[in-house]
Amino acid sequence: MSYKSIVLVKQVPDTANISGQVMKEDGTVNRALLPAIFNHEDRVALEMALQIKDNFGGEVAAVTMGPPRASDVLRECLFMGADDAYLISDRKFAGADTLATSYVLSEAIKKIGDYDFIFAGRQAIDGDTAQVGPQTAEKLGIPQVTYAQEILNINGKKAVIKKKIEGGYEILEAALPVLVTVLKDAVFPRPYKAKRVMSYKNAKTLLELEKLAEGNSLLYIDQLKHEYISKHLYINTMTMDDLKLDADRCGVAGSPTKVHKIESVVLAGNKHEHIEPTKTGIGALIDKLMEDHIFG
Amino acid sequence: MIKRNNDVWVYIEQRSGKPADVSMELLSKGRKLAHQLNGALKAVVIGFNAEGIAKETFRYGASEVLLADHQELEHYKTLTYGRILSELVDEHRPGVVLFGATIIGRDLAPRVASFIKSGLTADCTDLQIADVKYLRNDYKNLLLQIRPAFGGNIIATIISPEVDVQMATVREGVMRLEPLDSPAEGKITLVDYKMNGFDDLVKIIEQHRQENKVNLKSAPIIVAGGYGLGTKENFKMIHELALTIGGEVAGSRAAVDAGFVTADRQVGQTGVTVRPKLYIAVGISGAIQHRAGMQESNKIIAINNDPDAPIFGVAHYGIVGDAEQVIPTFINVFKQKLR
Repeated sequence: MSYKSIVLVKQVPDTANISGQVMKEDGTVNRALLPAIFNHEDRVALEMALQIKDNFGGEVAAVTMGPPRASDVLRECLFMGADDAYLISDRKFAGADTLATSYVLSEAIKKIGDYDFIFAGRQAIDGDTAQVGPQTAEKLGIPQVTYAQEILNINGKKAVIKKKIEGGYEILEAALPVLVTVLKDAVFPRPYKAKRVMSYKNAKTLLELEKLAEGNSLLYIDQLKHEYISKHLYINTMTMDDLKLDADRCGVAGSPTKVHKIESVVLAGNKHEHIEPTKTGIGALIDKLMEDHIFG
Repeated sequence: MIKRNNDVWVYIEQRSGKPADVSMELLSKGRKLAHQLNGALKAVVIGFNAEGIAKETFRYGASEVLLADHQELEHYKTLTYGRILSELVDEHRPGVVLFGATIIGRDLAPRVASFIKSGLTADCTDLQIADVKYLRNDYKNLLLQIRPAFGGNIIATIISPEVDVQMATVREGVMRLEPLDSPAEGKITLVDYKMNGFDDLVKIIEQHRQENKVNLKSAPIIVAGGYGLGTKENFKMIHELALTIGGEVAGSRAAVDAGFVTADRQVGQTGVTVRPKLYIAVGISGAIQHRAGMQESNKIIAINNDPDAPIFGVAHYGIVGDAEQVIPTFINVFKQKLR
C-alpha cells in the first residue's frame, strides 16, 4: 500500500541569528535585513514523509502559506524529493494569526485532495506557538499526534507513532488520515540531490511566471504556465479566490489575536557589583553569600 | 461591542492521577484575574477517579469544578479531551481560559481554540486585565497576554478584543503558587461523558513516564550554563560547581539546543521559570527569554567574558572572565572556606 503525504512548511526569519544591524535604533526589528530560512522542524517533517514514500511508495506534496518569496522553501522541498509544491499566497493573508492560517491551510488541503498523512514541524522559530498543526487538524476533522519522535510502523490504514510526553514517551496507534507534528531530532533531513537542484532551481510559481512575462499578454502567461507544467517545473499557486475563501476568516480580518503593543527590550540600569575574577575577589563574594545564609 | 462573560477557567492537567503544578499556579493567577473581572474562578478536570484533584482546586480558590470522570478518561487523549473541553467552553463561553504550556496543554488548547474560533496566545510570561484603546475603539477589561517575541528582541502585548473567549497558555513556574489558608467553598458539577466513535481513532498502546526527575523550581541554588561554554566537555564545570555548592544544574535554551544539557533543565520562557535564593549564570548572554525565567531570583551572579552581555543587567554580582578560569577558582576558594 502506498501513502500520500502533505507537508506543511514555513519560511521564517532567522531569529536565532539577529545581529546588531537588524535591531533599529528605536528598538524595532528591521525584517528586510533578516535572512529568511526554511524552518528546521518542517524540514524534518518533510524527511519523515519522504521516508514513508521510500518505504511504501506514494507521493509527497509540500505546502506553504506565505508571501511570494516563500517559493524559496518550496524549491528546497523539491530539491529534497517532494513531488509537488503549493504556494498559498494572497495579500489578504497578511497578518494572519494561527487561527486564520489554519483556516487557509485546511481549505488548501481540501482542494489538493486525498491524503493519508499531514506532516508539519512541531513549531516555527518565529512564533514558537505550535498551534497551526493542531488547529489545521481540528478544521479538517482528523486526529493529530504532536511532538512525534518516530513512526514505528504503518499497516494498512493505521500508523504506530512514538511521541514525547512529559517525563517520557507514549506509543499511539492512529487511524489514517492523521496530522503529525515532529520534533527536531526525529529524523535527519537528507541533503539535496544535485540532479534535482539543477532542474528544480528553475521551478516557478504563477507569481514568478507573471514577473517573467512582464507586460506580455495574459495569453502568454497561460502559455508559459503550460510550458512549466509540462516540464514539471510549475509550483502550484493558489490565491484566496482560487480557494473560494471567506475573506473575513483570512489575514488580519480573520485573526482574533491582535498585537496591542510592542516594546523593545530595555535593560534596567546596570547596577550590579563588579567582582574581580581573582581568588580575593571571589573569596569576598563567597564570604558575603555565607553571611547572607545563601551558602552554608 | 461583544458581551463577555467574566468567568476565568483553568484547565487542570492531570498525569497518572496527579495534578500538574502549573495548573495550580494558573489557578493562583486566575483567582486574581477573576477578582478584577468580578467573575468566578472555575476549574475543569477530566480524568478517572479525579475527585481528589477536583477538591484540591478549592485550595487555590476555585469556586466550581466541572468534572468529567470516567474510566475511559483516565489518560489524556487529544480527541476525547478536546471534544469534552470544546463543548464545555462553547456552551458556557467563559471570558478567559488558561492552560499550562505543557506538551498536553499545547496539544489541547489549539484544538479548543480552533473549535470555538477564538484567539490563543502561547507561552505568556504575564497576564493582566486592563481597559484598552485599540484602533479607536475602547475595550473594557481585556486580557493582556504578554510574551517575548521575535527571538526575544521585543515584548509583545497580545489582545483578543473582538472575541468573547480569550485563551492563553503559560509555562510552568511563571505564575506563583499561592494556596489559600482555608480552601474556598466550592462545588463540583459533574459533566456527562458519552463515548463517541471519534474517540477511538487514536489508541494508547504504551506509556512510559518518570515524573519529577528534576525539580528546578524548588532548588534553593541553581547553577546554569549557556552556549558560551562552547562544548559539552566544558559544561561539566557547571556540574562540578553545582555539586560543590549544593545546587541544581540548569541551562539556557541555546545550551539545550547544543546538547550540553537536557531539556528538562532549561530555564526561560520556553523552559521553567525559577526563583532560587542564588542563581549563577555562566556563559549565558541573557536573552529576554532566559531572563524571563530567572530574573526574580533572590541573588544572581553572572559570569561572562563579554562585559556587555545583557545578563549583567539583571545580575547582583558580575564577574567578567573566562569560565575556564573563574569556575575552578570559585570551586577551590569555596572548598577552602568550608574547611
